[in-house]
Amino acid sequence: MTPSIVIGLLWLGGIAMAAEIPLSERQSGYELMGGDTRAMQDDDTANPAMLWVLDGEALWNRRQGAAGKSCADCHGDARAGMKGVAARYPAFDGARARPVDLEQRINICRAEQQKATPLPFESKELLALTAYIGMQSRGMPIESKDDKRLTPFLRVGEELFKLRQGQLNLSCATCHDDNWGGKLAGAPIPQGHPNGYPLYRLEWQTLGSLQRRLHNCLIGMRAEAFAYGAPENVDLELYLMWRARGMKVETPAVRP
Amino acid sequence: MARAIVNVPPKARRGEIIEIKALIQHEMETGFRVDNMGRVFPRDIITDFICKYNDEEIFRAELFPAIAANPFFSFFTTAIESGTVTFEWSGDNGFSATASRNIAVE
Amino acid sequence: MRYNPIAGSTRRRFLTDAAAGTGLVAADLGLGLPLIVRPAAATPDTMRAAIRNVIGEAPVRKGKVKLDIPPLVESGNTVSLSVSVESPMTADDHVKAIHVFNEKNPLPNVVGIRLGPRAGRATLATRIRLADSQTVTAIAELSDGSFWSDSVSVIVTLPACVETL
Repeated sequence: MTPSIVIGLLWLGGIAMAAEIPLSERQSGYELMGGDTRAMQDDDTANPAMLWVLDGEALWNRRQGAAGKSCADCHGDARAGMKGVAARYPAFDGARARPVDLEQRINICRAEQQKATPLPFESKELLALTAYIGMQSRGMPIESKDDKRLTPFLRVGEELFKLRQGQLNLSCATCHDDNWGGKLAGAPIPQGHPNGYPLYRLEWQTLGSLQRRLHNCLIGMRAEAFAYGAPENVDLELYLMWRARGMKVETPAVRP
Repeated sequence: MARAIVNVPPKARRGEIIEIKALIQHEMETGFRVDNMGRVFPRDIITDFICKYNDEEIFRAELFPAIAANPFFSFFTTAIESGTVTFEWSGDNGFSATASRNIAVE
Repeated sequence: MRYNPIAGSTRRRFLTDAAAGTGLVAADLGLGLPLIVRPAAATPDTMRAAIRNVIGEAPVRKGKVKLDIPPLVESGNTVSLSVSVESPMTADDHVKAIHVFNEKNPLPNVVGIRLGPRAGRATLATRIRLADSQTVTAIAELSDGSFWSDSVSVIVTLPACVETL
């Protein structure tokens, strides 16, 4: 980033308070994309993310682990059984007394119900399953986090979002609350809603999770990224999904 | 076999010009990327894509590293008769994948 | 028939430049940072040579071809491209082939397409990679042996927050 842009952002960050975006002004990253990228997302026969969704469907039906069960054996047809699920994750897990995200929930099921080894984060299989399950919430509104048990974790997520970090001393809010709609090095700054994850990012040329995107963001800010599955990541995901409450799920989306 | 999504209208009128789409999962490693020790990631791409309609070639593409990952093509053909449209991809390191769809033409 | 995009002395020079380029930069820095080293990139000259290699000495006229690429691209990694050629697509008058070239990627060839009269319409779409802002050229070969072309200048941007330093 050139020094002038950095100084400009710091100046803006200093003057403006981290103000939440009014609900009526929220905007999906979809609206900032060019027509061709939008067309890629809109066409299930041309969206590269669908390749993973089909793999996910196959995995959903495959018997695995020592218990020899498939996801379908307990949950039935994902189209019915998983409808609306992704729209309310991360969700509170009683046994762990903290929220878990969809990837962790899948691995909990694999370990406890299927007696199978957990899938590594960002592995093709875990992405495929998350994309397939996520797609069953496509078009549905992201649920508000009304569960009171989530409140302390939402607070942590919010603090992380507003925390200035790294060598550039930027917070997520500096760009995504205060400067959305502007430009950063020629690219439009979105509001940063996670309404399409996992998604096919053109820059990655593959499907990736929200945690991977957060990893990118933190590296881009010259801050230290959290490990995959770290509680900070899940708390941040929780806050981001709360921030996007009411917006429609677009999984599996395409983004630049 | 690599995952592929192909799209052929299941039915068409004789003589109708129809659109065909083909998408296949493949990283298309260009052979120009270098790791942090200066070692090149070797090239690994799909080099050829052939579409046939009842065994007659109707579309052929020779791909270079400049074709984006998860290669996608959409093109047209004339629905001349009922039958099968087949898709074949081949490339580096013996890569091979196929798909097919039936079409009913009245 | 396969193309030989880089023939003879051009190929030798390209390979030497590529090897020297890669070795030199990595050794110089020796910092273990992830690098994207570009070997001798295509230049407008290499692109012209590649075009001649594919279509021979025949003249190429502007027209009949419409190359559609967004003028401003959000990521050079996946750029939607479509080519359309005016042609009745009959047995006597059709498009035989469409070739796409670029001037700044490491290689000048992008894709080579073979069509026939059964296509009905000489239109296709695909997704390509562009390493930098540059001109992309599409050349159509007609059944009467004539060649027609269209070119588009594309500005390529990168998303602001990239994955590695």
